[in-house]
Amino acid sequence: MDENYDVIVLGTGLTECVLSGILSVEGKKVLHIDRQDFYGGESASLNLSQLYKKFKPSAQKPEFLKGRDRDWCVDLIPKFLMSNGELTNILVHTDVTRYIEFKQIGGSYVYRSGRIAKVPANEMEAVRSSLMGIFEKRRMKRFLEFIAKYDEDDTTTHQGFNLDKNTMEEIYAYFGLESGTKDFIGHAMALWSTDNYLNEVARPTYERIMLYVQSVSRYGKSPYIYPLYGLGELPQGFARLSAIYGGTYMLDTPIDEILYDDDGKFSGVVTKEGKAKAPIVIADPTYFPERVKKIGSKVIRAMCILDHPITGTNDLDSVQIIIPQNQVGRKHDIYIAVLSDVHCVVPKGYYLAIVSTIIETETPHVELEPAFKLLGERLDTLMGIAELYEPQTDGTDSNIFISKSYDASSHFETTTDDIKDIYFRVTGKPLVLQKRPTIEEEQALNGL
Amino acid sequence: MSFPNPATSVKLVLLGEAAVGKSSLVLRFVSNDFQENKEPTIGAAFLTQKCTIGSKVIKYEIWDTAGQERFASLAPMYYRNAQAAIVVYDVTKPASFIRARHWVKELHEQASKDITIALVGNKYDLVEQDSPEDEENNMRKVSVEEGQNLADEEGILFFESSAKSGYNVNDIFIGIGSKIPESKVASSAPGGQGSSNTEGRIDLTSNAANNNRSGGGECAC
Repeated sequence: MDENYDVIVLGTGLTECVLSGILSVEGKKVLHIDRQDFYGGESASLNLSQLYKKFKPSAQKPEFLKGRDRDWCVDLIPKFLMSNGELTNILVHTDVTRYIEFKQIGGSYVYRSGRIAKVPANEMEAVRSSLMGIFEKRRMKRFLEFIAKYDEDDTTTHQGFNLDKNTMEEIYAYFGLESGTKDFIGHAMALWSTDNYLNEVARPTYERIMLYVQSVSRYGKSPYIYPLYGLGELPQGFARLSAIYGGTYMLDTPIDEILYDDDGKFSGVVTKEGKAKAPIVIADPTYFPERVKKIGSKVIRAMCILDHPITGTNDLDSVQIIIPQNQVGRKHDIYIAVLSDVHCVVPKGYYLAIVSTIIETETPHVELEPAFKLLGERLDTLMGIAELYEPQTDGTDSNIFISKSYDASSHFETTTDDIKDIYFRVTGKPLVLQKRPTIEEEQALNGL
Repeated sequence: MSFPNPATSVKLVLLGEAAVGKSSLVLRFVSNDFQENKEPTIGAAFLTQKCTIGSKVIKYEIWDTAGQERFASLAPMYYRNAQAAIVVYDVTKPASFIRARHWVKELHEQASKDITIALVGNKYDLVEQDSPEDEENNMRKVSVEEGQNLADEEGILFFESSAKSGYNVNDIFIGIGSKIPESKVASSAPGGQGSSNTEGRIDLTSNAANNNRSGGGECAC
């Protein structure tokens, strides 16, 4: 296949597949290649055999785990979608929601003083919450009212604050909030994973709290939604979008050679199918190891297989638990994502808990102990450590545009930032999502 | 007062080698149209068509491969919860029949157990002029018996059809519709795997809160 394309995309992770889909819809001729024989790269969901092959290559997949191989869809990167977040927006605009079904995550919990409790998302819940004493509840209620009523154009709602000048610490001090309360506002609602935000201006934290609150209010139980059959459905859905708009897909196809023109810019690839030319390449960091750098932090992720729900969560079928760093003497939060057969990622009777954090010591598995205590007995635990990479340059010098590794955050907001950033660097214009025609409109357009 | 039966959605996937006429079969079924030298599939690869079989109304939600079969890159999502499949080959191309055998095997591995499969030898119009005395120069390279035998071995439906002339095309979809178990049809939400698991699904395209789709029924598309 000696062919010419507008863009070659290497790796079928979520970032690459979203870009491939959007560029194909815009009329670009896209060739999308993955060296592996499955979709998703680092953002795949693995079946039981694939999972054990990756994390315990010496061990057989255990006999005691029941169900068919494909009844297991275990995410390599544990994340949830914010129901009012940018990825949801992209899914709706591209109509990839046609191919994927979503359910809510049953609840959002935070660890405080040795136990877990539901994160209050509005004034009413704050008043009922077991997280705070009676006086603290009133202070929390006043804080949440301030956030909810804040209106950029109406200075009477600002209570004398300027979100671009005042720090978050100053605002907490004004409302007289305790440090444990700050922990769950900053870490379980604004979803910061460190305390660096305290001494920075308040606006980003305000925006994050608003995203949390609006996401909760959209469907009710928690701010999170999750695709049936695992996060690996997301790259597949966008790959299908790309294919429908003419994108060519080649899995199980290693790159034998990268081609450059006389100026040292990207010009194509050679694979077992032959030479394919394009002036631009978008790739995940594994395809250009010499063009990426370590960002300096590593993530540890532990996939825990359980046969019971998490104590203290009312036996919910799915839940997020955040252990704020202060609560266990750390610098980075520990995240736990719990799923069950309700989301079609394990056979009936099993629960999957994925624990993750940024490594701080020489004994990372010990760092996860506070989480393991909350989970109770585990049938099996598979652990992996991932180095995080980012591109050395913005890619405009070589036309090689490289995505960032998926980080330790609990949602996709940083992933969509990277997607928009790469789109801008590739096309020179900001990403503006246009509504794809509905099936009926599409059929009418095709004269059907 | 009586109401017409509501249409129940059935996800149907197409499989087969490139250029055997998968999209043309759908185009004939959905719009009774045929395009000579049709370009490989681009754009609308998700068509719906209602089909009335006796008292039953089936709304086929037809998934085309969108070319992802070309380098063996069909995603598991494609097979997921498909209730019906059409495996197409070209009666003038033996290689496409070998591929069809492979696709049937793939379906047994990847798709749900009770999927209804039809094996279809397409481009029947090309072999209509074949004469029984002149086998050497005949266009047909896959006999009716070979097709029927494979279908019998696998316990699936078999048709020969022509998207060009329209021969047998509707019969394929009616045949599949008649064979799909009644209970399966009634409980199937789009992409769903039965009523037990549809509770709590959310429609992202709607802004209303608590818009759970429960039970089965009309598809949202």
